Amino acid sequence: MAYALQQLINGISLGMIYGLIAVGYTMVYGIIGMINFAHGDIFMIGAFIALISIVMLVSGGIMEGPAAILIVLLVSMCVTSLYGWTVERIAYRPLRGSFRLAPLISAIGMSIVLQNYVQVAQGARVKPIEPLVPGGVTVMQAEAFVVQFSFMQMMIIAVTLAVLAVFTWLVTRTPLGRAMRACEQDRKMAGLLGIDTDRTISLTFVIGASLAAVAGTMYLLRYGVIDFYIGFLAGVKAFTAAVLGGIGSLPGAVLGGLLIGLIETFWSAYFSVQYKDVAAFSILAIVLIFMPTGLLGRAEVEKV
Amino acid sequence: MSAPMLAIEAVSAAYGAVQALREVSLEVRAKEIVTLVGANGAGKSTLLMTICGDPRARTGRILFEGRDITRLPTHQIMRLGLAQVPEGRRVFPRMSVMENLLMGAQVAGHDPAPLLEQVFALFPRLKERQAQRGGTLSGGEQQMLAIGRALMSKPRLLLLDEPSLGLAPLIVRQIFAAIRDLNEREGLTVLLVEQNAYQALRLAHRGYVLVNGRITLAGAGQDLLAMPEVRDAYLGGGH
Ligand SMILES: Nc1ncnc2c1ncn2[C@@H]1O[C@H](COP(=O)(O)OP(=O)(O)O)[C@@H](O)[C@H]1O
Ligand SMILES: [Mg+2]
Repeated sequence: MAYALQQLINGISLGMIYGLIAVGYTMVYGIIGMINFAHGDIFMIGAFIALISIVMLVSGGIMEGPAAILIVLLVSMCVTSLYGWTVERIAYRPLRGSFRLAPLISAIGMSIVLQNYVQVAQGARVKPIEPLVPGGVTVMQAEAFVVQFSFMQMMIIAVTLAVLAVFTWLVTRTPLGRAMRACEQDRKMAGLLGIDTDRTISLTFVIGASLAAVAGTMYLLRYGVIDFYIGFLAGVKAFTAAVLGGIGSLPGAVLGGLLIGLIETFWSAYFSVQYKDVAAFSILAIVLIFMPTGLLGRAEVEKV
Repeated sequence: MSAPMLAIEAVSAAYGAVQALREVSLEVRAKEIVTLVGANGAGKSTLLMTICGDPRARTGRILFEGRDITRLPTHQIMRLGLAQVPEGRRVFPRMSVMENLLMGAQVAGHDPAPLLEQVFALFPRLKERQAQRGGTLSGGEQQMLAIGRALMSKPRLLLLDEPSLGLAPLIVRQIFAAIRDLNEREGLTVLLVEQNAYQALRLAHRGYVLVNGRITLAGAGQDLLAMPEVRDAYLGGGH
């Protein structure tokens, strides 16, 4: 019981991170109908930008505490969205109107480029940092087992919820969000209403990348170690989350992320840690075969 | 006489190897209703889309209020004071009626509130349905929404692509009455494309006939209606 509660806490905070990344996959899919395979690596870039800012700010002794984390988060979001914008601009936009697989292949290329770029620039060794938010509260104690809700986990959940709240407001209530939805539903018509659709697509990448940057920063703070390869696994799991939730559905991406986080955590806790990644891949295969529209996706005729 | 509001000068357009418009010339003067009739596949929709830059004219020029818009990107053309109700209505299916209307005013830079009032006065049905999703409206309601959305940008020139298609005669009369009303009361200039020519030509000040991507006839609406070749080809002998 106590053990399961602990896994629940762990699973939710991990799932929040996947959910943030999954939103980026699902948004880009919704608006231009492609899977942005480089998105996991954008998350990795976000983690590295956060790492660099922490080294400069905190380890340099300039700032500490919550203010430092906020600055790190903002820096990572800004710089990472620049990467997201650039990837779209150089690797996808020139291929718009080309055959369907072209941007997909280009995305895989971008993924490799980003990984190698970080490997060369930062080295292949794992980068550890000191925990910035130590401590936590004891939720419950059952015999020898202590259920811990760490401040770090609380922060991940709080930050993610806040970011998702702002994001939801942006998409549902603002002219930009409306333009994004218009492009998603009928891009040609959006153009006929004077919407600059290329700009709207660029902004979609920028927003997706900044959410991935939040995820990357949280990941770094939570696990304390990163390397140039973390984007691949996290990317596949977040992509699975997006498919599980129903690709194209924003609430679905968050729900899928939570589910994947929980499944992975419980799987590792009760079955086997070595095979935890297999769980995510198996779910992806099963969902694609038996439930291609996912939990909250809509059954729809394929758009051409 | 003043320069026309819209001047199309020897415009050709194609989809890949398929030639859809051949040296089409046509003009629309301010406060006119001009109707373009033609059979299915004649190139009517292509002409309206070419005015909006998609597909782009391969030859010739398009002038709107004296300004050459032939090479402008679509979204910039649409900010100059023209709006299109395209073929198939293209209502945003997963947006409410209200949001669809607001999309029409999104880039116009004016307060949408008074225009909403006007659109609701013209189509009270839309006011009742304002929270409903566009995709769940009936065909007639979607057509009203598509027209209302176009009006939200306060256009001086309205391009209408077969607004009567697939609608019951009563609704068609309602929509044509609304177009006449907008023209007479607001001075809105209209370029109307129709396959069913009778009502459309009666409504129009002038008309053109498009056959296989070429303009073959032009004249006052009533004169075109009286021509035997128009009667035979587009009025199906009826009415
Ligand atoms: N997207 C397209 N791709 C290729 N050919 C097209 C496309 N749209 C229209 N056409 C062709 O262009 C010609 C004119 O079509 P269109 O402008 O839709 O005619 P209308 O609106 O008068 O029925 C037709 O031969 C049609 O098959
Ligand atoms: Mg047509």
